[in-house]
Amino acid sequence: MVKKIFKIDTPFFREVGDISHFAGRFFREISKPKQEYEEFINQCFWIGYKTLTLVGITAFIMGLVLTIQSRPTLVEFGAESLLPSMVSVSLIREIAPVITALICAGKIGSGIGAELGSMRVTEQIDAMEVSGTNPFKYLVVTRVMAATLMVPVLSSLANAISLYGGYLGTNIRGNVSWNLYWFQVFGALSFGDVVPSLIKTFFFGFAIGLIGCYMGYNSKKGTEGVGRSATTAVIVASLLVFIIDLIAVQITDILGLT
Amino acid sequence: MGKEKPVIEVINVDKSFGDNHVLRDFSMSVSQGENLVILGKSGSGKSVLIKCIINLLQPDRGKIVVLGHDISDLDQDEIDKLRARIGFLFQSNALYDSMTVRENLEFPLRRHWTREERRRGAESAVKEALEDVGLSHTIDMMPAELSGGMRKRIALARSLILKPDLILYDEPTTGLDPATAREISELMVSVQKKYKATSVIISHDMNCIKITSNRVIMLIEGRSYANDTFENLKLSNDPKIREFFD
Repeated sequence: MVKKIFKIDTPFFREVGDISHFAGRFFREISKPKQEYEEFINQCFWIGYKTLTLVGITAFIMGLVLTIQSRPTLVEFGAESLLPSMVSVSLIREIAPVITALICAGKIGSGIGAELGSMRVTEQIDAMEVSGTNPFKYLVVTRVMAATLMVPVLSSLANAISLYGGYLGTNIRGNVSWNLYWFQVFGALSFGDVVPSLIKTFFFGFAIGLIGCYMGYNSKKGTEGVGRSATTAVIVASLLVFIIDLIAVQITDILGLT
Repeated sequence: MGKEKPVIEVINVDKSFGDNHVLRDFSMSVSQGENLVILGKSGSGKSVLIKCIINLLQPDRGKIVVLGHDISDLDQDEIDKLRARIGFLFQSNALYDSMTVRENLEFPLRRHWTREERRRGAESAVKEALEDVGLSHTIDMMPAELSGGMRKRIALARSLILKPDLILYDEPTTGLDPATAREISELMVSVQKKYKATSVIISHDMNCIKITSNRVIMLIEGRSYANDTFENLKLSNDPKIREFFD
C-alpha cells in the first residue's frame, strides 16, 4: 500500500536500497576482526600512487588557468593585489577537492568497477568464496577504505600543487615574490576554509570506492556487464560527489564556517 | 563401505530461478572414495547442483549434508572451515589473473593456515601441488602466459593445495582439445588416488566420464533420470540415455 501510494517500488529506489544495503554490509564487515591489511596497503598504493601524476598535472593547470583568467577582472576593479587570496580560497574550498574527486571518480571508480566486474563474470569472486576467504572483506572493504583514505591525500596534494600553479600564473603578467604570495595565500585562509573542505573529501573517497565496488561486485551479463559496471560507477560516483559537495556547503553555511 | 556415512547426501532438493525450475525433488548420495559423474544436457541443473553442495547457492527446499554437516545449519565461519576440506575446480578455471601461479596457489592458505604455518609450509605445499599436475616450472608465471590446458592444471593444483577430502569438478574438460581433455581426465584419476578423495564431476564429455567415473547420475529436467555405471548406461536402449552415447 505504502509502496503504491509513494511509488517507491521503482528500479531507482530498488537500486538506492541495494546500495544502502551494500554500505551497511561494509560497516558490518569492517567491524569484524581479522582485516586484510596487506591488500589494503596494496590498494592504497594503486589508488594513491597511480593517480598522483594525473591529479598533479590537472591541479597545476587548474591553479595556473584560474589565476590567469581571474587576473583581468581583478585588474579592472583595481584589486590585483587580492589575486593570491582569491585564488587560494577558490582552490582550497571548492575547486581542487571537487576536481580531484571527479578525476578519482573517473579513474578509481571505473578501475574498481571494471576489475571487480571482470572478477565476478570469470567466477574469481566465487573461487575466493569457496577457498574460505571472505571476498567482500578482501575486495570491497580494502578498496573502499583505501579510496576513503587516499582521496583526501590526493586532494591535499592537489591543493598544494594548484597553489604553486597559481604562483606561476600570478608571475606571468605580474611580479609577486615567493614569500609575499604565500603570505597572502595563508593570510586569506581560515579554519572554516581548510577543515570542512578536507572532511568532505573523505566522504568523496568513500562514495567513489563504495559505488565502484557495488557496481563491479554485482556485475552481470558477461563482458557487456563489465563495461556497464565501469561506466555506471563513474556516472553515479560523479553525481554523488556533487550531491555530497552541496550537502557539505549547506552544513558549513549552517555552522557559520563560510 | 555400505555402513559408512555418505560424503554427500542431497535429499529432496528443489531450486528455481523465477519460473525456471532447475532442480526438482532431486536426491543423491556419494560414498567415500567414489568418483561420481553427473551427466546432463546444458541447462539441466548440473552446475547449480554442485554450487548448492558448496553453498554458493542455497536450495529452495530440501537438505544437503556434506562431510557430515547439514550445510543449512552452519554459520559462515563453519562453512569456511568445511570449504577448506573441499576442492572446487571451476569450468572457467577462475584463476586470479592479477596474481602469479604461486600467489594463486597460496591464496587458499591465507584463510586456513596461520602466518607461521604459511612461512614454514607454503613453499613446499605449492611445489608439491604443482608437481602433482606436472607444472613446477610455471610457479612464477602469470595465468595469461599459460595455455588452456595448463590453466586447468593450475586450477586443479589450487583446489588440491589444502589436501581436500572432496573434490568438485565443474565441466573440467570443456573447451580443451581431445588430447588435453584426456590428459586432464587421467590427472583427475591420479590425484583422486593420491589424495584418497571423493569426487563429484559435472560433465557431458563421454571420454572424460569413461576414464573418471565409478558411477553416473543422469540429470534430466532437474530430476535423477538414471543412476548406474558408465558401462551399463552405454548398453541401455532408453532413447533419452542413448542421446548421450550415439
